[in-house]
Amino acid sequence: MSHLRKQSEYEKTFAYRFFNWLGGEKDSFTGNMEMKPQKEYVEEEATIEERMKDRQQAMAQVYDRRHNKELKFFNLLYKCMSIVFCIAIVFVLMYMVSYLPSVGAEEKPTNNIVSETYISDGLRDTGAVNIVTGMILSYRAFDTFGETNVLFIATCCVMIMLMVDEDKIKENKESNDRGFEPKNDGILQVVATLIVPLVFLFGIYIILNGHLSPGGGFSGGAMIGAGMILYVAAFGFDKTEKFFNEKVYKCVKVTALICYGCIVTYYFLTGANGLESLIPLGEQGKILSGGITLPINIFVGSEVACTMYAFYALFRRGGL
Amino acid sequence: MEIIKNFPCLSILMCMFAAIISSALNGKWAKWLNAFVLTAVGAMSLAVLYLTVSTGESYIYVMGHFPAPFGNEIRFGSLEAGIAFFFCVIMMLSLNGGRKKLQFEINPSKENLYYIMVDLLLSSLLALVYTNDLFTAYVFVEINTISACGLIMITENGHTIEAAARYMIMSLLGSGLFLIGICLLYDLTGHLLMSNIRVGIDAIVTNGTYKAPLLVTIALIVVGLAIKSALFPFHAWLPNAYGYSTVSSAAILSSLVSKGYIFLLIKIIYRVIGFDTFRDSKIINVLFVFGLAGMIMGSLSAIRENDIRRMISFSSVAQIGYIYMGFGLGTTVGMIASIFHILSHAATKSLLFVSGAGLTDVSGDRKEFIELTGAAYRNICAGLAFTVGSLAMVGIPVFSGFVSKLLFSQAAVQNAHKLLPTLIALAISTILNTIYFMKTVIRIYTPVKSKYTSVSVKENPLYVITLLCFVVLNIVLGMWSQPITDWIAQGLSVFA
Repeated sequence: MSHLRKQSEYEKTFAYRFFNWLGGEKDSFTGNMEMKPQKEYVEEEATIEERMKDRQQAMAQVYDRRHNKELKFFNLLYKCMSIVFCIAIVFVLMYMVSYLPSVGAEEKPTNNIVSETYISDGLRDTGAVNIVTGMILSYRAFDTFGETNVLFIATCCVMIMLMVDEDKIKENKESNDRGFEPKNDGILQVVATLIVPLVFLFGIYIILNGHLSPGGGFSGGAMIGAGMILYVAAFGFDKTEKFFNEKVYKCVKVTALICYGCIVTYYFLTGANGLESLIPLGEQGKILSGGITLPINIFVGSEVACTMYAFYALFRRGGL
Repeated sequence: MEIIKNFPCLSILMCMFAAIISSALNGKWAKWLNAFVLTAVGAMSLAVLYLTVSTGESYIYVMGHFPAPFGNEIRFGSLEAGIAFFFCVIMMLSLNGGRKKLQFEINPSKENLYYIMVDLLLSSLLALVYTNDLFTAYVFVEINTISACGLIMITENGHTIEAAARYMIMSLLGSGLFLIGICLLYDLTGHLLMSNIRVGIDAIVTNGTYKAPLLVTIALIVVGLAIKSALFPFHAWLPNAYGYSTVSSAAILSSLVSKGYIFLLIKIIYRVIGFDTFRDSKIINVLFVFGLAGMIMGSLSAIRENDIRRMISFSSVAQIGYIYMGFGLGTTVGMIASIFHILSHAATKSLLFVSGAGLTDVSGDRKEFIELTGAAYRNICAGLAFTVGSLAMVGIPVFSGFVSKLLFSQAAVQNAHKLLPTLIALAISTILNTIYFMKTVIRIYTPVKSKYTSVSVKENPLYVITLLCFVVLNIVLGMWSQPITDWIAQGLSVFA
């Protein structure tokens, strides 16, 4: 066992002081140098003002877009480059178009079995005289269901962006010149009373005849939506709310989409599993024909009409 | 067994139904409906995965009474089913991770709209994964874009609205290019069904006609999808969109939305253009160069960032660069590495976003690094999870990032021309990754007397369980990578 020194003896040795110094426990300057505690920095009024002025000047110079040469040069270069880039892309695309199969040529690849079948068998397969409707609603029902969902989600997005609470709409009514509705413009109201029913009727006609003549749910629905917008513009929201408020909107939209969804689900499941579809195709050319195209047209039409009106109402006052 | 074949179609339709019904429900019910649909779709995808793996085939499912090319069809093999299942899992975990914070982030009256967006986003992702028709793909790309926009701007502050506008513009540009590409393909081949276009393209390649249009078409489609998935020079929309939206949105956007487009691109490469045609085109080198540039520039931007959420977002740019670099290698092994990286990045990035949110929560909702000092002591679980995520991103063995880096370098060895740049970029990118992730980890583990209160584990059990699941997922991807790569290789072999 080694010889143990007493603590007091050890503290006198050089090693002890050295290791203390090394460990930073003892500052060799304390007691040997004159030291003053640091004064707290107090900023004077004048320096603050000067600093603020400097800062403002610096900011003004940095953000002075008119006299900033670098920025000007960059903007110019940016514009030039974007023009050059666009022209280059236009040229590439034009060059490429010249190599494409010529329009209307008989050997063009698009003149193939698909379009032939649509034209020759479309009426027999879908029961729709208007083969375009037959094609988008029966042959390619999945795409069109997706497309209808695009409309649905677009309204939801606009709602996220513009929808305000019920109380806010009432609040806005007072402060906002939109509150002076209806403007009670005599000419507009008379014309609207004459035209709106016609527009509605024509829209319904186009929807119901979608499988027989040009038209269908999308175009007819847009027409009904336009009629509703005209009505709102002439008579104001208070009158419109009596027959079309948020509750009705929700009911119509959800019912239309769910029915549409049920029809396509049934159609897909029976088709894929080799079962016969129980929806009759009907007699060609009659109003009650076309298998699934007629009900789908109706549902698409109501969804599109709702969407059109909802866009207008949301942009106009942030609510339905 | 026969009934399982209906599941892909049913899962897409189910999500759409959920979205439609949610518009009539209040936020709480919409949330439960969404959780139910996610679980059901996950279970159905798992069943489809089991079916396709056990038979090793891919199936065609006719949507409607008319077989393709007249009607629509979807097609699923083991790869599609697995990816769909994985997307469901990640989406579920991301939503759970941000569930508690969501009520502070969005207006409660708009909660059901949030879940509509999520439901439709899932349906579009599933459709992109399963579809065998280019036009269907385009329709669901639209839904995907709009719902992603909704997810970004639902926070309703200036930043997110600006970010959503930017995202919309860039994304629509991408969609536009993609649409022009589809139109050209239709003009050249006369079909919209992927398998039929493939036949037409093979004829074009052997006959040597329409070479210039074909090249332009491939370029348009690839660039369009690259813009939408934020490849390096087109990433300007990304940091704000991910940085300021809600936590769940950021996690879903970074790990699923961009991956959906990338998966669509893989599908187009294999099933529409043909892998050999794609490899022989010059586009592949462009992807390779932009991928390499993205790996480095994304990391450099991340190092400069002073906001943890934006830093993680910029890291996404780098990781997307990895995936495109894998495409650029032009080998099947590179493709497998890319697909594995899709999985590994999705699992890790959502973990980072969710745990990062936990760290900022205990730092007074401030996202600057100086405020985050010592945050890991205040929220222990989030700190540990963030560390795991960082280690995975850097590429430490045991975690998923290591395996994908290993696969990338193995793939690079097979391509003599691109070996050196790939390895150099991988090395530089790893070092840069280490710099910014380890900087953050050191920062959150620096003890400091803070004015913010700490959070115990018991206060939010759902959050802790979510983080645990993420960590387990990461370790599973890192430790049992062999079966996963086998599955990807098998899936790719029946993919085309």
